[in-house]
Amino acid sequence: MTTNVEAVANAPSDSLRSRSLAALTWRRLFQQRNAIVGMAILLFLTLVAIFAPLIAPYDPVQSLLGIETLKEREAPCIHVLGCPEDKPQHIMGIDANYRDVFSRIIYGTRVSLFIGFSTIGMAVVVGAIIGAVSGYIGGWVDNVIMRLMDVVLAFPSFLLAIAIITVIGRGLQNALYAIAIVNIPVFARLVRASVLSIKEQEFVSASRALGASAFRLLFVRIFPNALPTLVVQATLSIASAILEAAALSFLGLGAQPPTPEWGTMLGSERNQVFTAPHLVFFPGLAIMLTVLAFNLLGDGVRDAMDPRLAQVAKK
Amino acid sequence: MSKYILRRILLTIPVVLGILVVTFVIARSIPGDPCRSALGERATEAACNAFNARMGLDKPIVVQLGIYMREILLKGDFGESIRYSRPVSQMIIERLPVTLELGFSALFIAILVGVPMGVISAVRRNSAVDVATMVGANIGVSMPVYWLGLMLAYVFAILLKDTPFWLAPTGRLTAGLIPDAFYEVWGLGLTRGTTLYMLADFVSNFVFFNALITGQWDVLVDAFRHMILPAIALSTIPLSIIARITRSSMLDVLGREYVRAARAKGVAENLVILKHALRNALLPVITVIGIQVGTLFAGAVLTETTFGLSGVGRALFDAITGRDFPIIQGFTVVVALGYVIVNLLVDISYAYIDPRIRLR
Repeated sequence: MTTNVEAVANAPSDSLRSRSLAALTWRRLFQQRNAIVGMAILLFLTLVAIFAPLIAPYDPVQSLLGIETLKEREAPCIHVLGCPEDKPQHIMGIDANYRDVFSRIIYGTRVSLFIGFSTIGMAVVVGAIIGAVSGYIGGWVDNVIMRLMDVVLAFPSFLLAIAIITVIGRGLQNALYAIAIVNIPVFARLVRASVLSIKEQEFVSASRALGASAFRLLFVRIFPNALPTLVVQATLSIASAILEAAALSFLGLGAQPPTPEWGTMLGSERNQVFTAPHLVFFPGLAIMLTVLAFNLLGDGVRDAMDPRLAQVAKK
Repeated sequence: MSKYILRRILLTIPVVLGILVVTFVIARSIPGDPCRSALGERATEAACNAFNARMGLDKPIVVQLGIYMREILLKGDFGESIRYSRPVSQMIIERLPVTLELGFSALFIAILVGVPMGVISAVRRNSAVDVATMVGANIGVSMPVYWLGLMLAYVFAILLKDTPFWLAPTGRLTAGLIPDAFYEVWGLGLTRGTTLYMLADFVSNFVFFNALITGQWDVLVDAFRHMILPAIALSTIPLSIIARITRSSMLDVLGREYVRAARAKGVAENLVILKHALRNALLPVITVIGIQVGTLFAGAVLTETTFGLSGVGRALFDAITGRDFPIIQGFTVVVALGYVIVNLLVDISYAYIDPRIRLR
């Protein structure tokens, strides 16, 4: 509690005006170097995803064979770096199907951001409901649900995702479900823990005494208090979800060609790394940048929401 | 303490049984016909019936589950691979050492580099070294291991081709180099098929260990040159996490009263850092190392694929795509059990470090 007061007192232009926790957190977020860098990269990626058709010089799935004179898997040609002016410019080179790699990378941003948000969105919603119900009801229901979650967590998540895909089939959509499923237990546990600690507090008892329904207690009184931890975990989970989805595609289990997905691009050309390294280098770089953005933002959000940690980090 | 450990072990029993059931259910839910997968698309109905009867696939599913649980729990028998017609346990003996060697090498690098980096970062807070370490750690956790693996392979196998730094991009040993097992070198005369022989076979499949105890130095060097790239690729994520946790834990400890007291009484700064601070700061680090073992396994599947190593991860992936139920079941159980054991050890070490946990 004292640290919270300190944080208010230490803020430079702070008067005695009261601030909500959300406003404080928001302010602190913009004081975090990590968070700012993460947000900047993410903003950049979002803009790239939205304006992909304007940025990409070529169609991401259209073969340029017969349209231009090209060699298969041709190395990057950049005019300012000495590539002859009369040759068409392909700053990240050409792939095995005579497509412009740069355009595919640009469109891939859409796929990756979609993967990150949709998988973790699903996992958060399902996990939160399971955790909330389990923690609120308690007893044997709680026991059964949590043991089930333990079993799911007992498998390395990536392996479980592979197994699930084998059952439901390959493809981007099924990969999304698989990643969502393996992420559910984390959120279920998190929400359950919050519910357990909050449901015995006075304001909940007061609400119950006033005759609030179980649904209202759970989702209006208890759930909002569990939200901060959920947001932190979700941001960090998006990073690992993107990484896992790319890995599944790398193994040929996720997005299928000709979808411009970075993991698929990397996986289908991995044997060409010795002859055409540009086909492996750029997709990997794109994956790294996106995952990095979410990791930085997640760390920033965590520090901003927990003033104690922020103080330690600043020391 | 022993009461806590006992209770914690008892709690893993339902999880282990759950793992066995889930593995069975997953393996049987995989679409496709194992008979046609093993005998070919044009296998006749009669051939398939005989095959199913031999493999026990014609019995009701509940009976199959019962048999499967009984064989594993009582005899440690995982059945026979459908595609290779070999006992699954034999394949585990061959492949588990590859993955364990890879995992331990990676963990070794991660600890050896990660802990000192974290300590230096904490001691020289906000210096160039600190900033570089933390930026590097953030990039490290964000990097796809297979991408780093491929890039390393390109640099060391192609760009440095004719230099002494050349390293092999695939395999475990140079083709043609077959190491002698220690039980043959020492002439132990074990009989094939006995438990002792299987155990010795398992141990001899650890190439490093086998070469070391029998003095086959050429094999040792060759294995090292093959292992270094995959191990580095696999170590990046745990290394980054260990460096970060060491740094924050050290920062926390360095601000404590007893560290100030040690400084006040004139203990040399190096001693303060290494003896007073680091020892206490290492506790959370050890816990994180335990947790990372699970992550290492997931990375092993990808690293083994990238570097052409035939380990557990790769075998499991091939079995899943080839619908080889016994291998899927056996290998998944082994992996999940390893995971459970590591979690158990982590929990016990927690309790050892923090007595309050035991009392709950």
